[in-house]
Amino acid sequence: MSWHDVLRTLDPRHKRLLALGASLVVIWVVFDLLSGGLFFSPRNFYNLAVQSSTVALLTVGMVLVIITRNIDLSVGSVLGLTGMVIAILQIEVFPAAAGWNWPLTLAIGLIAGTLIGLWQGFLVAYVGIPSFVVTLAGLLIFRGLTFEISQGQTFSPFQAGYRIFGGGQQGSLGEAASWIVGGVALVVLLGALARRLRSGEASLPFTLLGGLFASALTLFMIYQFNAYDRPRTDLGYGIPSPLLLLTLAATWIGLFVNRAPVGRHVYAVGQNLEAARLVGVPVRRVVLKVFALMGLLCAVGAVITTSRLNAGTTNLGTLLELNVIAAAVIGGASLDGGRGSILGGILGAFVIQSLDTGMVLIGVSSSLRQILIGFVLIGAVWVDRIAVRRS
Amino acid sequence: MKPLLQIESMTKLFGGVHALEEVSLDLHSGEVVGVIGHNGAGKSTLMKIVSGALRPDHGRIRIDGETVTLDSPIRAHQLGIEMIFQDLALLDNLNATENFFLGRELTRSFLGFRWNDAQRMQTIAKEAIHNINPHFHRFRTEVGLLSGGQRQSVAIARAVHLDTRVLIMDEPTAALGPEETEMVRQLVLRLKKRALGIFLIGHDLQDILRLSDRIVAMRGGRVVGTVEAARASEDDLLGMIISGKVPAAALPGPGAVTLDQEKD
Repeated sequence: MSWHDVLRTLDPRHKRLLALGASLVVIWVVFDLLSGGLFFSPRNFYNLAVQSSTVALLTVGMVLVIITRNIDLSVGSVLGLTGMVIAILQIEVFPAAAGWNWPLTLAIGLIAGTLIGLWQGFLVAYVGIPSFVVTLAGLLIFRGLTFEISQGQTFSPFQAGYRIFGGGQQGSLGEAASWIVGGVALVVLLGALARRLRSGEASLPFTLLGGLFASALTLFMIYQFNAYDRPRTDLGYGIPSPLLLLTLAATWIGLFVNRAPVGRHVYAVGQNLEAARLVGVPVRRVVLKVFALMGLLCAVGAVITTSRLNAGTTNLGTLLELNVIAAAVIGGASLDGGRGSILGGILGAFVIQSLDTGMVLIGVSSSLRQILIGFVLIGAVWVDRIAVRRS
Repeated sequence: MKPLLQIESMTKLFGGVHALEEVSLDLHSGEVVGVIGHNGAGKSTLMKIVSGALRPDHGRIRIDGETVTLDSPIRAHQLGIEMIFQDLALLDNLNATENFFLGRELTRSFLGFRWNDAQRMQTIAKEAIHNINPHFHRFRTEVGLLSGGQRQSVAIARAVHLDTRVLIMDEPTAALGPEETEMVRQLVLRLKKRALGIFLIGHDLQDILRLSDRIVAMRGGRVVGTVEAARASEDDLLGMIISGKVPAAALPGPGAVTLDQEKD
């Protein structure tokens, strides 16, 4: 069998995942060459992983929103508002010395994000306002609220305990634990692949290529994270906490999407709302849940971002929605609804962040970076359309 | 014998216009009742109410003589009422098994959450679909990529299970070739023997005449008349649905046009 034949027999969804993985490798190698080795420097690689994790975390939620044939333009503002709520409560309101302060404010932040998501989901699913309108309004409302409650100020610093979520010095696993966690993750991942091969969901070429890519990526990343030494020591940082949070959240959500009724309902709602309703899918509740999850993920993103900056600022998360939506679309989510993959979205987020970081490294101006990422977005969807038409 | 299903004075308004007005209709087990009428005559509205997809403004439904509340498709499933929709209401991005169990997945509890019991669903769906169409084998393929007949098999299998008592078939043969149409005919006969009550909605009067025991004609949201299929001709049926004229052999309904009215 030639390469061409192998590619032809692949499930289009699997083909896309492999293509995304391959693009990621190409982008990394090209930028490493162009930047004279800067891209693969442990420090850059570590920061890339931390930044991508936040975007990817939100993309997981956005993929689900888009699968239900909705959109969420407010994620950046929701992240900003929940981050500011946490910052003000932790730094201004509650006693700075209290041990319960950061866990409590963290919980309040997560609840606030979920409530905002429920509110927007309610407007979309039960009142029937298009999600574009609801979340465009949300983008304005929640950013405005962020300024109102902070009076434009920046709040700093957070409690030490809170800072474990940001991926900084306190927020990484260390070398030994990283190898263990990475090893476990890899075993779980390869196990899942093998199960899919056995059940016939995945073909042999996909399993081999996917397994190879996942193994190489995991080992390479951990090697890189461990090579990045904490200041004035030769102890490596290890896996940054945001990446760990992303992995846990995506695995958990992925399990529901693939193995619980609600996952099928999400896909059904976006494909054909009326048919889904007629056969008994609780369509409104499904949309409500998806928006609630999106809100919660925004709050988790806020925790990571504020913890990393060690400050709550008014512009936290500004324009983030654009990268997140772009990542979801590059990852294969169809704005027509009914299609999209969590893993694809995560890879999409890493592709976008890698492009952005890589261009920064070789000194591309921010305006040019915007232009290029815009074209990448169009290109990704264009290629997709061609592929769809051919099959 | 008590009817299996009784529809009593069903009325539904859409923006002040009567989509259904005081429609009453019985269905016995082992009986096929054909429901005919032009588009907008109220057939689909009536059947959507019976299948729990639409709530009436007033009127009631009895099963085995007992009044039931059909406030959702799930409730209708529980009462053994199933509908095969004209467009089949399949989700093109899901496979046959996923469609088969959509909205009523079999689950197992683990860590306090409900998870798909994929194995059991696979087995049951496979058996049910093979029962309808022994040649069906593409269980992993998205149904959007299946042929019309294969899609129909999935939709029928989903609606016809052990607990089905009332089956509503909306234009079951409209999109099918002759061979598949024959398959549907055989199926209707088989289900009759299993004592299901079947509503058959359609435009093909020949098909309706051949398969039904009784035929109900609707016009402008009202029942024009009910006639034994054995005592009606295609012209009788056409007369009822076009001008509301009730043939001598039929039982007139509230929507019948009498000679006096015709003069006006």
